Amino acid sequence: MHKTIAELSNDLHAKKISSVELTQQFLERIKKLDKTLNSFITVTEEIALQDAKTADAQLAKGQASPLTGIPFAQKDIFCTQGSKTSCGSKMLDNFISPYDATVIKNFKKAGTVLLGKTNMDEFAMGSSNETSFYGPVKNPWNTDMVPGGSSGGSAAAVAAYLAPGATGTDTGGSIRQPAALCGISGLKPTYGRVSRYGMIAFASSLDQGGPFAKTAEDLALMMNVMAGFDERDSTSVDHPVPDYTATLNDSIQGLRIGLPKEYFGEGLESNVAKVIEAAIKEYEKLGATIHEVSLPNTTLSIPAYYVIAPAECSSNLARYDGVRFGHRCKDPIDLEDLYKRSRSEGFGSEVTRRIMVGTYALSAGYYDAYYLKAQKIRGLIRRDFIDAFKNVDVLMGPTTPSTAFKIGEKTNDPISMYLSDIYTIAINLAGLPAMSIPAGFVNKLPVGLQLIGNMFTEARLLNIAHSFQTATDWHTHTPEGF
Amino acid sequence: MSLTAADVKKIAHLARLTMSEADINRYTEQLSKIIGFVEQMNQADTTNIEPIAHSLDLSQRLRNDIVSETDQRAAFQAIAPQVEAGLYLVPQVIEGE
Repeated sequence: MHKTIAELSNDLHAKKISSVELTQQFLERIKKLDKTLNSFITVTEEIALQDAKTADAQLAKGQASPLTGIPFAQKDIFCTQGSKTSCGSKMLDNFISPYDATVIKNFKKAGTVLLGKTNMDEFAMGSSNETSFYGPVKNPWNTDMVPGGSSGGSAAAVAAYLAPGATGTDTGGSIRQPAALCGISGLKPTYGRVSRYGMIAFASSLDQGGPFAKTAEDLALMMNVMAGFDERDSTSVDHPVPDYTATLNDSIQGLRIGLPKEYFGEGLESNVAKVIEAAIKEYEKLGATIHEVSLPNTTLSIPAYYVIAPAECSSNLARYDGVRFGHRCKDPIDLEDLYKRSRSEGFGSEVTRRIMVGTYALSAGYYDAYYLKAQKIRGLIRRDFIDAFKNVDVLMGPTTPSTAFKIGEKTNDPISMYLSDIYTIAINLAGLPAMSIPAGFVNKLPVGLQLIGNMFTEARLLNIAHSFQTATDWHTHTPEGF
Repeated sequence: MSLTAADVKKIAHLARLTMSEADINRYTEQLSKIIGFVEQMNQADTTNIEPIAHSLDLSQRLRNDIVSETDQRAAFQAIAPQVEAGLYLVPQVIEGE
């Protein structure tokens, strides 16, 4: 099995390997294997080797943190000073960020190595990584299949061990769904836990950055670097940050697990259901008790999301005007022509669709019927979760209704693509933390188990996930050829 | 609810997007389907339900009104499509004499 971040950290501190050697190994793997996968948009080889030299110096001086010298891939939605930050769009194909996102700064401060920027759905709008201007990413378990999205490049890169860990963002499932389809672990933290400063905005009331890795232990190490208050993000929450690794090995004896009955109904593939049921049995063996709960407004989460997210996207993406940065059309005849052609040439069809839906939903005369109604449904959904958490500690269910689907299978049917996010979207509307961990396979494709926690219970979720990974080995499987 | 081509043209203009006739037809069909889909929301009784814009009940944080940023105009304009003398250039907006 490939080494985890925790194991690599031990090797670096024990001087069994240098950061430069480790970085070169990953750069080699990317060169050799990413032609097939297309998981990176930019490989920052020079920066990586420079970062690694700096890390080796820190390690030699004994000034290293647990992640010093570890190479990471960053989703191309996080601004990285001096290197291209495209957000998967032609609009930002020429954008060299003049500053670092807070998440990137935090990784730098911890002495990590930047391997490169990963592929993603354009402006994070998609569930398959097929809307990227840079082409689709392939799933390492079966290259005819999608890796999920929008953080598909990060998930595929970690699954194929082109990086031991990577960042993602999750607006409606964009960390959990690709983690599930690629057979790795991924965490969407509580809204406000990880800074959004320098993380290109899609739907600001839902977007949240988080980590991908093979194991919950590695996610905990990454959260120790990523989480925290940031005065540059006006929705960042000033809430104490625990050491996420400290409670990993706590007992889960007596843990009350709630199974939302709406997550096990029509639409869930029976083979996926079997894998999830087996995982729940495993938790019973570990001392947990199982309780049925109900989240009655689950089906309303998709229509509410597809009003709120496009409305916020239409507003956020108004900044791309061809004037200050990004794509500008050739020879505009007047200002309106400059705006219209720059935007139409720069945006792909899914982004255009969502801007149009959002513009319509927010336009005069329709605001109450769509946006206000959706915000009320958001209130209902939050209430569902508040009620559920009165009696249980954690909710569990499938992350997705099926395993990875074929590339091209859903591209002509946006609504069918939207429906594949049925188990993940409500969590964003409620702002809760949730994760996906590998739970088994159906026809050699991975299945993800979703764990949903109450506000700011990331440490507990990681502890619950770690307990499962101590008792099972699903997270150790690697795709053939990688 | 079904949108017409005229609706879609108006939305495109509001969003400052330009579209061919073929695009208009395609988006009319797709947007009508999406709007029809989200109208499932009407099945929910939301009487006396407070709309929420944000998942945490927090008020907007304020800071003191003092300068906290340094001047980075040169760095920001280095990536702009067209600048001159510290100004962003766009096509002429005001008609000359």
